[in-house]
Formats: sequence, C-alpha cells, structure tokens
Amino acid sequence: MKKTVVRTASLIGVVLAMAPAFALDGQYNFQHPVTHLAEDIFGLHMLMFWICVVIFVAVFGVMFYSVFAHRKSKGAVAATFHESTTVEILWTIVPVVILLGMAWPATKTVLAMKDTSNPEITIKATGYQWKWGYDYMQGEGQGISFLSTLSTPRAQIDQGEWKGDNYLLEVDNEVVVPIGKKVRVLLTAQDVIHAWWVPAFGVKQDAIPGFIRDVWFKAEKEGVFRGNCAELCGKDHGFMPIVVRVVSQQAYTEWVAAKAAPPAAASAPATTDKAAPSAASEPKPAAASAS
Amino acid sequence: MSAVTPDAVHGHDHGHDGHDHDHHMPTGWRRWMTATNHKDIGTLYLFFSFIMFLTGGVLALTIRAELFQPGLQIVRPEFFNQLTTMHGLIMVFGAIMPAFVGFANWMIPLMIGAPDMAFARMNNWSFWLLPPAALLLVSSFFVPGGASAAGWTLYAPLSLQMGMGMDMTIFAVHIMGASSIMGAINIVVTILNMRAPGMTLMKMPMFAWTWLITAYLLIAVMPVLAGAVTMLLTDRHFGTSFFNAAGGGDPVLYQHVFWFFGHPEVYIMILPAFGIVSQIVPAFARKPLFGYASMVYATASIAILSFVVWAHHMFTTGMPAVTQIAFMYMTMLIAVPTGVKVFNWIATMWRGSMTFETPMLFAVGFIFVFTMGGFTGLMLAIAPADIQYQDTYFVVAHFHYVLVAGSLFALFAGTYYWIPKWTGHMYDEKLGKRHFWLSMISFNVTFFPMHFLGLAGMPRRIPDYNPFFTDFNQLATVGAFGFGLSQVFFFYIVLKCIKGGPKAADKPWDGAEGLEWTVPSPAPFHTFEVPPVFEAPAGHGH
Repeated sequence: MKKTVVRTASLIGVVLAMAPAFALDGQYNFQHPVTHLAEDIFGLHMLMFWICVVIFVAVFGVMFYSVFAHRKSKGAVAATFHESTTVEILWTIVPVVILLGMAWPATKTVLAMKDTSNPEITIKATGYQWKWGYDYMQGEGQGISFLSTLSTPRAQIDQGEWKGDNYLLEVDNEVVVPIGKKVRVLLTAQDVIHAWWVPAFGVKQDAIPGFIRDVWFKAEKEGVFRGNCAELCGKDHGFMPIVVRVVSQQAYTEWVAAKAAPPAAASAPATTDKAAPSAASEPKPAAASAS
Repeated sequence: MSAVTPDAVHGHDHGHDGHDHDHHMPTGWRRWMTATNHKDIGTLYLFFSFIMFLTGGVLALTIRAELFQPGLQIVRPEFFNQLTTMHGLIMVFGAIMPAFVGFANWMIPLMIGAPDMAFARMNNWSFWLLPPAALLLVSSFFVPGGASAAGWTLYAPLSLQMGMGMDMTIFAVHIMGASSIMGAINIVVTILNMRAPGMTLMKMPMFAWTWLITAYLLIAVMPVLAGAVTMLLTDRHFGTSFFNAAGGGDPVLYQHVFWFFGHPEVYIMILPAFGIVSQIVPAFARKPLFGYASMVYATASIAILSFVVWAHHMFTTGMPAVTQIAFMYMTMLIAVPTGVKVFNWIATMWRGSMTFETPMLFAVGFIFVFTMGGFTGLMLAIAPADIQYQDTYFVVAHFHYVLVAGSLFALFAGTYYWIPKWTGHMYDEKLGKRHFWLSMISFNVTFFPMHFLGLAGMPRRIPDYNPFFTDFNQLATVGAFGFGLSQVFFFYIVLKCIKGGPKAADKPWDGAEGLEWTVPSPAPFHTFEVPPVFEAPAGHGH
C-alpha cells in the first residue's frame, strides 16, 4: 500500500518536473520569446533547468537508493566511515566547474541586455499609481504622448461577470512599435516604484521615482504582447498592465501619422501632416539619459 | 561514544550555590512571567512561535481563498496587500525565528553540558519583548488605514504612503530586533564559555555550531534592519529624505540597506535547520555524521558569502553590468558549500542502518524538498533569467520551498526528535508519520504549481489574475488548506504527547549521540549543575 503511494507520488513528481520541457507558450513555461534577448534568456533558463534535472536525478538517485537499500529492517549494518578527503574535495571542485559553465553564457547575456546604445526609437515609460504614461522621445513618432490605463470593466473584476481572454491584460492605449527596430525604453515613476515587464521581450525594469533607468528590445514578430507591473505599488498593483503592439513599418508610420493629427484640430490637418515627418527626421538627443 | 557521569545530571543539594529560588519557585503565570530557566523560556518561545505560525497561516489561507478564482470575491485589493505583508512579517519574525531561538534555549545548554544560558534574566527579557511586538503587528490591522501593505520588505517610497499601521510595524521590528540581538548574544556567550570540559569547538554538536554562526549573523544584521526602518520612520514623520528623490534621497538605497540585512536573514532562518538535520540524520542512520569538519566550514562559508550577495534581490532595479555580474558570481558560489552539506547528509545515510521514525522522515523530507528550493535558487542566481523570474510566483515557490519545506520541516523534525526529552513521553508514532505525509504532499500540491504560474507570467502580490492562471491557483489553494489543517493536526499530536503517552527512555533513539540524552526524560528543571565529562563521538574533531 505504502509502496504504491510512494510510486504514484514519484510518478506525479516526474511528470510535473518534465512538464516544462514540452510546453512552450503554455501554462508551464516562459512565453514564446519574440526578441533575440528573450531567446537567450529562455535558452539560459532551459540550460539551468536541465542541469538541475541531471543533478537532481544523480543526487536523489543515490539518496533514494540508500533510503530503500540501507534500512535496518533489511538487515543493513551501519558502516563507520565518516570522512574522505578525496570525495570531499571532489564534490567541492566539480560544482565549481559546473558553475563556471553556467556563468559564461549568463555573463554574455547580461552584457547584451545592458547595451542600450544606438536606439532607433526611444520611449519614456512613467509609472503612476496605477497606470502607465508613455512619451515617444526620439525616432519616428517623436512627440507622441499618452496614458495607458486598464480597460477591463470593473463589473468583470468585482461582480463576477464573464471574463475575456485578456482579462486584466488589456488597456485603452497600447504602446505601438515597429518590427525589427531597436527600441530603448526609459523608465521612471511619479510616485512609488513600479516595474515595466513584457515577458515575451525578456524585459523587466523597475521604474524608480526621481531616477531614470533604461532597457531595450527589438521585436522580431508582429503581434500584441502583454505584461504586468512587477513591483508592488499599492492598492491597484494588479491592475496596471502593459500592452505592446508590434506592427509592420508601414502600419507604424500610419499609426504615427494618425496620432500626430490632433483629433480636435480637424481644421488644419495638412500642417500637422507636414510637421510630423520633419520632426521625426531630425531626432533630438533623448531628453534624459540613463545614469 | 559520548558519555556523562550520571551523578552530574541532577542534584537536590543546590541550596548553597545560588539556586535557592528553586525551592520556592513561582507557580502559575508568575512562573512564566519571571522565567529564567532555559527550559521554561524555550517552551515559551516554542508556544509563542506556534501561535504566530497559526496567525500567519490564517492570513495565508485568506490570501489563497481570494486567489481561488479570478475576480475579487473575499477581500479588497488594499486589504489583500495587508495580508501578504503581515503574513510575511509574522512568519519570518514571529514564527520561524523565535522557533529556532526556542530550540536553542531548550537544547544548547543540554547539548553542551551547561546548567543554563549565560544571561538568564536577559533571556527572560528577550522573550517577553516578543509578545508586545506581536501585539503591535496584529493590532495594526485595526487602526485607521489598516496594517502596513508595502510587502514584508517595506520598500520605500510605498511604505512612506502607509498609515499608522506602518509605524506600528516599524516599532514591532525594532522590538523584535532587540529581542533577537539579546538572544543571539546569550547564545554566543553560552556556547563560547559554558561548554563541558573536553568539548572543544570542533567537538561541539552541529546544532551548536550552526547556532553559533547564526547568532553572529543576527548580531551583525539586526542593527542594519533597525537602521533601515528608522530611516523610514524619520522620512515619514521628521522631514528627512533618505529615500525621497525629491529631497535628494534614493528609493533604491532602502533596498540596499534592507537586503544587506535580508540576505543574511535568509541564512539565519536556515542554518539552525541545517544543524537540526545534522543531529537527526546520523541518529537514524546509526552512523556518524559524514564530514563534520567540512560541515562546519561550509556553514561558515555560507554565512560569510551571505554578506556579499544582497544585490541579487535587486537585479531589476537596473544596476551597472559589472555590479550585476559580480553579484551573480558570488550568488552562484553559495551553491558550493550548500551542495557540500547535502552531499554530506547523503553520505551519512549511505551504508547506514536506517529507520524512519517521524524525525527521520522530516529530515529526509527536508533534504529532498529543501534541495529543490536550492535548485530554483541556483536558477535565480543567473541574472538574466532572474530578471524574468523576479517578482513572479516562481520566486514565491522558491522561497516557500526553502522556508517551509526547509526551515519549518526541520523544526518539525527537531520537535519529534527532542519532544521525548521535553515531555518525558513518546509522541504517537503513527500520527507523527501521518503528519509527515500530509504535510509533505499538501506542501507540494500548494507550492509546486507556483513554479509554473511564475514562469507563465503571473506576478506575485496581486489579488486578481487572468483566467489563464486559474487551474494552478485552484490546486495551490486546495493544497494550502490541506497544509493548514495538517498543522492543526500537529498541534493535537504535541498536546497529546504533553498530556501522556508511553514513558520515554533517557535515550529514546538508539543511534542518538550527545549529552542531552544523558539526562532523564523529561529533563529535570536543573541539569548539569556539575559539568559532565564529555567524550567526543566518532567523527567529531581530529
């Protein structure tokens, strides 16, 4: 009876442990990466996972063999050994070597993540309690500025109304960026610390009031990518999502044009249309630079 | 093997050596209020920590109930944040830390052959500081604005926005810090000065070693925490701007100071657990602890490294690449001494003659599940991956694997191991084993799915989530209620053991080593008034 329980439990354990390997973009693992950096991070994550699985199997294989074999009830007589300099040195050195193997790719990725130089578009994201503000600072779309707030109706949250697929992950104004362009995001906050997180981009950066930090991404796939604020920021921390729409270059240019035309100033659309591209063609240096 | 002269165990002739208070010892509540006996104070600590454990558990179950399905059903978001904050603070400062101090009080004098702790009256003061601190924490729920809702880390500037509940938390942290420092000084002085003749440092029981190192960590970092929360207090009320950028301060400074305390704190909560497991595994493998000396060095290495890894909690704050890389390397290095410990335990079990009474079940369970937390810890050390794991349920899973399946399971193991000595009765073995299996299974049902939730993108500290995450959240909630009920069952087992049960022998475990087993069960009120003669068990010291 007990053996069956143990076996069933270990079977469930194995299945659960294996699950991450065959479920990309599912419930079990990271979202599908859409930037090279996110791919690198995913690769690191899986490398670490498999190294841990191998060590897990080796170490606990030994332990559980011992648990089953070296029992008093099976007549095991205790040995008396209690040290072995060779073994002890070995199991200090071997982990160090494994760690070096992990550190090398991780270091390369850290350096790549930190390289925010030469962006084609710079966007400043400001965290507020509890919404995000975006200012396009440089590159095509410079001057665009808007707030982005949760658009899930309160009735879905409070009154148990039917919830859509994007429940709590939908906003009124999405960030729009073109595909294949290096986008640098400057992060700051108005009140408390927030964090700007888009899992598919491999990007998460705290937005700190009074300071500017930066991250970058270059999306390789069109689509809508969703994330959350990832730093506890008060009451509605769970209700300030981030939505980024990656579009083709042409669609982006159209979006910029539409945004640049002030909806109220319908009387003078021509002037605005002319003004917008010229502003975009002479990018000013980013107003704020990362420390 | 270890031995003690039986006549040293207990004497009734202590009227002349300062123990005359024993003859008219206060009874009833006065006994506990004025307690200076290490055993009484140990008992107080253990009961206090269990009450706090249940309190923190109720908060956790309220969190899990709210998270059973998407949408807000039971609590409002602002109250949800109070729950997560207080759950963390109460479990860390009210449950886990005092429980280990309780073990230290009860067991260290018995294990090193000392008559009591070095500073008996200060010992009383260290304990009795805790209930007022706990009262401040718990009652902060009922003041205007409610309890602090800034997370147990109390990050500025969010913590600057809180109501008076935050001030109560700050004072509670001050008081508990003072209590911890005094407790730690007591333990250091006791261990360094009051060991039985012949017990050199390298012949001490592992539990004494791990606590000695832990005590130094406490003395080093509790003042740092006090400094951090004091700066919060002056920022809140006295116009300073330590963490306010508008006044020239830096919000991230708070995180640096906090985690300089916070990371050693993590080891404060796990090193004594290592000690308990290192006592239990050899006892039930009937074989000396493998690599005693390397165990000591590994413990010391972990403690030293813990001071130079704090910024790995802050990779997303955006630090220079070099800093990130340096902290990543140092963090990865901790895997080496931690691995040595796990290998040593397994080598101790190897070719032993094992039996699996409840203490051993919990000890082996500890090694298994704690190591899983160690693996996720190693994954979290890798800075680029950490940035994706950070502040998600992956981290929640990780630290519950090391704190619940780690620290808490070791505390259970230690309780079952030493409760015959405390009560003079054997606990109900069948119920104990049932408690182990219930805890082990429900723990994993609760926390294993959280790994997936975090990887798939669920942030921590949110009261509501996308329906995508529903399945695993429901599983976790079911597991959590099972885990909570299992601990009520544990309380029943302990009470049953206190009330009665088979008489425990002086040494109820045939493979156990150490001076604590040379005194009668239950341990008399005064022990080792004359120092025992100590002979090191095999494997200790060379």
